[in-house]
Amino acid sequence: MPANLTYLGVELARPRVAFFELSSCEGCQLQLLNNEATLLDFLSLVEVVRFREGMTEAGDDYAVAFVEGSVTRADQELQLAEIRKKAKVMVAFGSCACFGGVNQLKNRFSDQEWVKREVYGDFHVDTQLARPISDVVKVDLMIYGCPVKKEEVERIVTDLLLGKAINHPKYPVCMECKANENICLFDLGEPCLGPVTRAGCDAWCPSNRMGCWGCRGPADAANIPQMARIMAEHGFSTETLLDRLECFGGFAAHVEEIRKKG
Amino acid sequence: MKLSCNISVKHLTRVEGHGNINIRIKDGKLEEASWEVVETPRFFEAMLVGKKWDNAPYISGRICGICSIGHTLASIRAVENVFGMVPTRQTNTLRLLLKHMETLQSHVLHLYFLAAPDFVSLGSVLPLITSHPEVVQRAVRLKLLANDACDIIGGRRLHPTRTVVGGFTMLPEKEQLEKLKQRLLASVEDLKQTAALFTTFAIPDFVRETEFVSLKGTDSYPFIGGNLLSTDGLDLPEHEYKKMTNEYCVEISTSKWCRVSRQSMAVGALARINNNHHLLAPLARQVADQFGLKPVCHNPYMNNIAQLVECVQVVEDSLALIDELLGAAMLEPRQPVAVKAGIGVAAVEVPRGILYHCYDFDEEGRIRKADCVIPTTQNNANIHYDLNALARQCAGEGKTDREIELLASMLVRAYDPCISCSVH
Repeated sequence: MPANLTYLGVELARPRVAFFELSSCEGCQLQLLNNEATLLDFLSLVEVVRFREGMTEAGDDYAVAFVEGSVTRADQELQLAEIRKKAKVMVAFGSCACFGGVNQLKNRFSDQEWVKREVYGDFHVDTQLARPISDVVKVDLMIYGCPVKKEEVERIVTDLLLGKAINHPKYPVCMECKANENICLFDLGEPCLGPVTRAGCDAWCPSNRMGCWGCRGPADAANIPQMARIMAEHGFSTETLLDRLECFGGFAAHVEEIRKKG
Repeated sequence: MKLSCNISVKHLTRVEGHGNINIRIKDGKLEEASWEVVETPRFFEAMLVGKKWDNAPYISGRICGICSIGHTLASIRAVENVFGMVPTRQTNTLRLLLKHMETLQSHVLHLYFLAAPDFVSLGSVLPLITSHPEVVQRAVRLKLLANDACDIIGGRRLHPTRTVVGGFTMLPEKEQLEKLKQRLLASVEDLKQTAALFTTFAIPDFVRETEFVSLKGTDSYPFIGGNLLSTDGLDLPEHEYKKMTNEYCVEISTSKWCRVSRQSMAVGALARINNNHHLLAPLARQVADQFGLKPVCHNPYMNNIAQLVECVQVVEDSLALIDELLGAAMLEPRQPVAVKAGIGVAAVEVPRGILYHCYDFDEEGRIRKADCVIPTTQNNANIHYDLNALARQCAGEGKTDREIELLASMLVRAYDPCISCSVH
C-alpha cells in the first residue's frame, strides 16, 4: 500500500473506511473507481477495510462508514443499526442515502400493493416505502448527488482527515453555472432547477446543456415559489416542475406543499 | 468422489449487487446448489407509470451504476420507436461510439478489478498496486481512456447528461475526437498486453450446453437494435422480445428468471460472439483465435475471454467511427420531437448482454406501462443451473470445499452479474 501522506510535515491519520450499499444502483461507489486519475492517491489517504464490490476481504473495524442507497426492507434497518454501532462517522453517500433518491418515486402511489403487483404480479416480495438512512440512524455527514461528484468526495474526505469543518455550499447551482459562463438553460428553452438546488457539483448537468433535476436537494433559503414562477413564465407546466422537484426526494416537503395547493 | 460439503457464500464479493451461493453435498449426493438473489427491488417499472416521455431515459438510466449509458440509450431508442423517429447518421455514430466506450470501461473494470484477482489467488486488486504496479496502471489507463471518452460524448461517465430523445444536447469538439483517436491507437498495445496477461490464467474446464441469445448482426458486430438471435435457432424481430425472455418469478430470487427453448439461457459477451463471431474485426478475431474461442463455446468461464475480445472489437470499431465523424461537418445535434401514442421496444447490447426497454405511451406521451428486461435477469437461471452442474462435477472429482467455493464464485463472477440492475 502507498505510504501515509503528510500535511505540513505532520503524518496524517489514515482512517479505516468501509462501504455499504442498501437499495441503489451502486453507482456512487463506482464513482470512486471511476476516478482513475487520482484513485491511487485516494487509496493512500484511507485504509479501505470493506468494499464488497471490489474486494473479498471484509473488516468489521472501521471509523468511517459510507452508506449508499435508501432503506426499503426491514433487514436493512438492522444492518444500518449495526453499522452505526461500529462507525464513528456515518456518511450518507449519494442522493438515495440522503433523500431516498429515485427509489422514493414509488412512494407517490397511494396504493403500494399496486406497485408490487405492477412489477411482480401475485408473487410475494418484501418491500417498504423508500426512505433516507437518516430515518433509521443518526447521520453525521451527507454527500449529495446522483451520482456523487468524485472531486467533491475527495475534498470532503480530505477535510475529514485534516479535521477541517465540512461545509456544503449554501448557494444554488445557478451560481456555479454563471461562473462557468454557460448560456442559461431557460434561454435555450429547457427547464432547470439550478436556481434552487444546492451547489457543489460545478453545475455538472447545465454545463452539458441538460437542465438541473435537483438531485442535490434544496440550497439554503431556496425560493420555491419564485422557481415556480420562473418555470411558468417560460411556459413550463406544474407537471414539469414537479417531475423535477420530486425526482430525488430532496424537495419532498416543497412537493407536498405544491400538491396541496393544487 | 466427495461425500459431503456445505458451502454458503453470503453476499458474493466482486460482483455488483447482493447474491448468495449455496452448495450442499451429503453422502455423495448433491442436495442443493443454488444462486439466490436477495437484492431489494426498487420498482422502476412502477415508478415510471404516469411520468411523461422525457422522464423515461433520465429515470431508467439510474437502474444501473455501471451501464447507465446503455440503459439511457435503450430508453431513448424505445421512446424514439414509439414516436417513429429515425436518428440521423451522426447521432447513430455518436451513440455507438459512446456505447463502445461504456463497454470498454465496464469490461476492463470486470477483467482487471473483479475477475483477475481469482486467477492470482488474491481477494482484490489492491495488493497488485505495490507488487505489480504496471498491471494496475495499465488497467487504470484503459478505464480512464474509456471514461474520458464517455465524458466528452455523453457529458458524464455515469448517468450521462447529453443523451436525449432526438440526439444530443451538445456535441464533442473535433479536437477532442482527434485526441481520443490518438489515445485509442495507443490503447491497442495495452489491450495486447492484457491478452498476454490472460493467457497466463488457467480458465477452468467446465462445459454445460446452453442457449445463447444476442442481437443478430447483419453487416457489422451488433450493439444497437436489430433482430434477436438464439443459438437454438430462433430469429425474432426486436419487438417480439417477450418471446425471447419469458420472465417468471422463483422463490429463491428477487430477480425474475428467463428461458426460451430450454430450462435456461445466457446473454453477454460470450453469447454475442457465439452468434456473431464472423463479424469480429481483424484484431479482435486474432485475439479470439489466440484463446481458441470459437462458436459455439459452452464454457461460461470463457465469458471473461469474450469480454477481452470485445474490448479489442470496440476499440477497432471506435477508430473507424471517429474517422467518419472527423471526415464530415458536424450537423445539428438534436432533432425535434413529435409526441405520439403507442408502444415502443428497444434492444441494446450492454456489457452484460442484451437489454430491452419497452414503453406504452398515451396521446400526451405519458407512460401507461413500462417493462425493462435486464441481461443479468436473463442469466440468473443459467447461473443457477451451471452451479448445479459444476457442483456435481466437483463432487465427482473429489475437490475440496475451498476449491469448490472458489470455482463456484469464479463461475458467477464470469457472468459479470449486475444484480441490483436485475432486480431494478
